[in-house]
Amino acid sequence: MGKKRYCMPDPQAAITDELLMQHIEQGSRVIDLGCGDGRLLEKLRDDHGCSVQGVELDLSEIYSCIGRGISAILMDLDQGLSSIPDDTFDIAVLSQTLQQVRHPAAVLSEMLRISRRALVVVPNFAHWRIRQQVVLSGRTPVTQSLPYSWYNTPNLHFMSMADFRELAGRLNVKIVHEIPIIAGRSRRRAWLPNIRAESLFYILERGDTDGSAESA
Amino acid sequence: MANDDSEFIPDDDSIGFVETQQVRLFDPPNELCLESGVRFGPIDVAFETYGTLSPEKDNVIFVCHALTGDAHVAGWHAGEERKPGWWNDFIGPGKGLDTGKYYVICANVLGGCKGTTGPSSIDPKTGKQHGLHHFPFITVGDIVKVHSALVEHLGITKLLAVIGGSLGGMQVLDWAARFPDQMAAVVCLAAAAKLSAQGIAFNVVGRRAIFTDPKFNKGEYYDDPDGPRVGLALARMVAHITYLSDVSIEDKFGRRLQHSSHFKYDLDQETEFQVGSYLHYQGKRFVERFDANSYICLTHAMDYFDLAEEHGAIRQALENCNANFLLASYTSDWLFTTAQSLEIVSELVNGRRHVSFVELSSSKGHDAFLLEIDPLVQLVRPLLERAQLEMAEQRQKEAGENAGDNHDG
Repeated sequence: MGKKRYCMPDPQAAITDELLMQHIEQGSRVIDLGCGDGRLLEKLRDDHGCSVQGVELDLSEIYSCIGRGISAILMDLDQGLSSIPDDTFDIAVLSQTLQQVRHPAAVLSEMLRISRRALVVVPNFAHWRIRQQVVLSGRTPVTQSLPYSWYNTPNLHFMSMADFRELAGRLNVKIVHEIPIIAGRSRRRAWLPNIRAESLFYILERGDTDGSAESA
Repeated sequence: MANDDSEFIPDDDSIGFVETQQVRLFDPPNELCLESGVRFGPIDVAFETYGTLSPEKDNVIFVCHALTGDAHVAGWHAGEERKPGWWNDFIGPGKGLDTGKYYVICANVLGGCKGTTGPSSIDPKTGKQHGLHHFPFITVGDIVKVHSALVEHLGITKLLAVIGGSLGGMQVLDWAARFPDQMAAVVCLAAAAKLSAQGIAFNVVGRRAIFTDPKFNKGEYYDDPDGPRVGLALARMVAHITYLSDVSIEDKFGRRLQHSSHFKYDLDQETEFQVGSYLHYQGKRFVERFDANSYICLTHAMDYFDLAEEHGAIRQALENCNANFLLASYTSDWLFTTAQSLEIVSELVNGRRHVSFVELSSSKGHDAFLLEIDPLVQLVRPLLERAQLEMAEQRQKEAGENAGDNHDG
């Protein structure tokens, strides 16, 4: 008891939204998968003139979206996005959710089917303090904003930067940008990012048809 | 009011006593041009209104009723037919459609039998009831044109919302396609862009039951005090099953017997099971309030409805409507499925429309849209508030533009 565990940064932190806003062009057609109460989409609509659509699993969040005038569809990402046609969006956003879906590879593929570009924020479970915690305490790390134990965590998958790159290659997904978030700040260049980054911000596009995915 | 109404007080959270009003539209030579090509008029429209129209006329909600509904959607009718409106739990002071804030209109559909011109109403040209063969074929589009004309007649240019479920939801979709600028929000519950083949099949059986009733007499039965009661009751019994779900029937009746705890082994026993006597009761009650010719007329309208057909695709049908769409389906509804709602959602998303969609959990089958009031309130309240805000912004913008024009002039 009382043992300090390393805490991952709050996934709802303004930094993530800011970073997403920076990489979404004015007037884009944007879908946010796991849009919550629609706050990010509201900002994109009002400040960026974007045409926005939310997808959310929690009905009570949909009520909030509607109150903001944000269109939202009640949908489980693991059931697929089949009712959303191909190439409907410029940008699909998935923030701190990929580790929680049952089939991350399928969700990534679906994102790049419905959208030209995907912006994905994932936690880096290979951060050195997590490694240290696992090695020294011999216990599953617990995060600050998701203070769950191993038996009730919504996080189903624990991936690292290296893992994500590997999956992108396997799915023929092109990593256009890979931005480590270290100490709550995005870093264009970082030394040992797979050890130092708490989260990673990815801009993804469909890979070349010949199957050669670019690794960043 | 006569009778002993002084003693009767409606449930105190309702709007209280209401009355159906009537207006005559499409007087010759301005008859309505029906989709079938026939010109038809005059048309009497029965409607009810609740709440107060705002000075800006920006608080109007139009409710479209389903197959066998009527204009009496909220409050109570006085007199012998003392009963609450069919959506009284949803509409009233402080309720989902808050009559303290909004002005709610509901009208009986063209072809119906509750005050709006239909096969059983008197044809002013002959002084006799139309009957089936002197009444034109009615479509959902025709019904919507009459609703829209009523709204115009009441001096309202833009509705805050149109709301409806089932056949009412089809009207809502048609309205958004036909008059896309006439509403700020569209609420479509347990509906579809077209009736499924299964749905048509059930309607065929219902009509067959009426057609084969010896008292139907090709729809000319208004001189007969009975008319095709048996056929119409049977049609309703079959249809009623489609409004429930396997779970809701099981929960309500199971295999319980009506009058006994054991079988009688009597082949003449028609309603030994509770579910049987319930359906018989539903059929019997229905014929007291509904006209067989109207049933034929309106099920045909439902069968013919196909939003995509007229415009090439659902997307094209709704591409000019900037309203906020809200669609809802119900998990146990097998007459109008979630997949059918998602078909519309898909096309709206593809067409860059504003669309929210939820599949609500319910065991109540197709009837869920009438019964599951709480989630509906949670969805519709913020939608209406938002729509009113957007309408006010729009009005301000237009006023600003007009002021600008005047300066230039």
